[in-house]
Amino acid sequence: MSATNVPLAQSHPDVPMVLAEQVSKSFGSNEVLKGISLEVKRGEVMCLVGPSGSGKSTFLRCINHLEVLSAGRLSVDGELIGYREANGKLYEMAPKEAARQRRDIGMVFQRFNLFPHMTALQNVMEAPIRVKGLPKAQVEQTARDLLARVGLAERADYYPAHLSGGQQQRVAIARALAMEPKLMLFDEPTSALDPELVGEVLDVMKGLAKSGMTMIVVTHEMGFAREVADSLVFMDGGVVVEAGDPDQVLTNPQHRRTQAFLSKVL
Amino acid sequence: MSTTERSGAPAGETPSTPEPASVPIKAIRLRHPWRMVFAAVIVVVFALVMIDAAFRPAYDWPSVGKYLFDRRISQAAVVTIELTVFSMVIAIVLGVILAVMRLSPNPVVKSVAWFYLWVFRGTPVYVQLTIWGLISLIYSRIDLGIPFTEPWLSFQTGDLLSLFTIAVIGLSLNEAAYMAEIVRAGLLAVDRGQEEAATALGMSWAQTMTRVILPQSMRVIIPPTGNEVISMLKTTSLVTAVPLSTELFTRSRDISAETFNPIPLLIVASLWYLLFTSILMVGQYFLEKRFARGVGDRQTEKKDPGTATGAFTGVMPVVGSDPPAVIVPPKNAPGGTR
Repeated sequence: MSATNVPLAQSHPDVPMVLAEQVSKSFGSNEVLKGISLEVKRGEVMCLVGPSGSGKSTFLRCINHLEVLSAGRLSVDGELIGYREANGKLYEMAPKEAARQRRDIGMVFQRFNLFPHMTALQNVMEAPIRVKGLPKAQVEQTARDLLARVGLAERADYYPAHLSGGQQQRVAIARALAMEPKLMLFDEPTSALDPELVGEVLDVMKGLAKSGMTMIVVTHEMGFAREVADSLVFMDGGVVVEAGDPDQVLTNPQHRRTQAFLSKVL
Repeated sequence: MSTTERSGAPAGETPSTPEPASVPIKAIRLRHPWRMVFAAVIVVVFALVMIDAAFRPAYDWPSVGKYLFDRRISQAAVVTIELTVFSMVIAIVLGVILAVMRLSPNPVVKSVAWFYLWVFRGTPVYVQLTIWGLISLIYSRIDLGIPFTEPWLSFQTGDLLSLFTIAVIGLSLNEAAYMAEIVRAGLLAVDRGQEEAATALGMSWAQTMTRVILPQSMRVIIPPTGNEVISMLKTTSLVTAVPLSTELFTRSRDISAETFNPIPLLIVASLWYLLFTSILMVGQYFLEKRFARGVGDRQTEKKDPGTATGAFTGVMPVVGSDPPAVIVPPKNAPGGTR
């Protein structure tokens, strides 16, 4: 996506796309995130890796307010997520405002979560029509272009049940892109796929990264991380253990826990 | 290719030859003699009962024929249909509201819905209808306005509510309690990921409900709702408790009270009820088909689009499936390959 497509007026090249400061999240007494601080620059592709239960997915879900933070601050494109700040106080956002923020943040799920009662094309068209109120003919054109971009122009009228996992995930990516997001979140997008279908989804994501999209990818695909990511963050036990250049972290991990994890997955 | 040819093939020389898997199996079918015996017995018994019924004078078939299309009966049948439709529509709307209330995070709203269900599901509908019939004794006047001030509008309950209206209120409020549970089960059956995906796209709660959750829950909601409609059709015969006497069952009882010949009129009423339930069953079939889009027509999941159309199309005859279970893409259905 080119810079001209970035929709918001407040977008400023110096403002990081995502800025997390001491983000914490507890489910009851279970503290899943223990103070995550990180920064994702405009156009950056960041991979989050780590053992299951390390809080990667929870952190990702906090970014578009699917989970509510327990502590810390999280802002996207300079805008605080989930809260409004005035006179030094935080005000909880109304659902409508939260929904407006989510419009600009695309999310791709591990289990695709396509709407099964709609065709691939209808899945992609749904949000632009209902949420943005764009005219149907225009949306259909964009949707068909997007499906072509993920290599599924021929499958536009198929229901999800008639598509393979890899195809479903590519439709899900097109569905998220249809809202013209400024940030894309991927929550283990290839973990539910048969091994031979992983490649086609990763290819679409590589193309997206090349086009300049800001992306945060929770993944176990170390090859993808090495090839595509600008930065790699290793999380364990709800904290960032190690972060930096993917090549460096993967080939020369500094921390013992990173070494232990990588020795198992590489 | 025949079996003899296969066994005659030189051994050891063709290990890579594909198995001639398409040789049709020719086997002597397994006999089920007892099935035949049971079937014959059942048919004979059924036929005897039918023949007996046809000639038994108590059924008075000529009277059945005479009253089946009697104007009073057909008018009463219309009232029964009206009672069913009005009550069911109100019950479904109220049921959806109650179901959403029960899933609300607000504990007061949740408790109110629970209390409603407890009362209306916990007492017999006949008792409820009788109480509704006495409503004008309990509340003789209905005042609209701010409490403890002069009312803006005031009605005599008896003038405002006809017996028919009272019957509809009684039936629908009772049915709503059952519909609420059916709708709730439907809503809970939809995967949580669906709500998350819609939310992540920026859809509002109302949009998520109407566009994503409810359409999918329909698949779960419709079969038991069809049951409820049929059940409602028959429950309308209880509105005599209100007392509303213009519907099918009470009307046929009233006629037989004049003729002193109740049995043929009961048969007449039953035939009408059967006709209506049959129509409802057909309607339900089409509704279920409509809401099974994308799910109900699920067959074998395609692995790869390229090989799927090439390798499967037309060459996957499945025994006993009609139409043949071949994966046909909606757009480019392969013609003539089979």
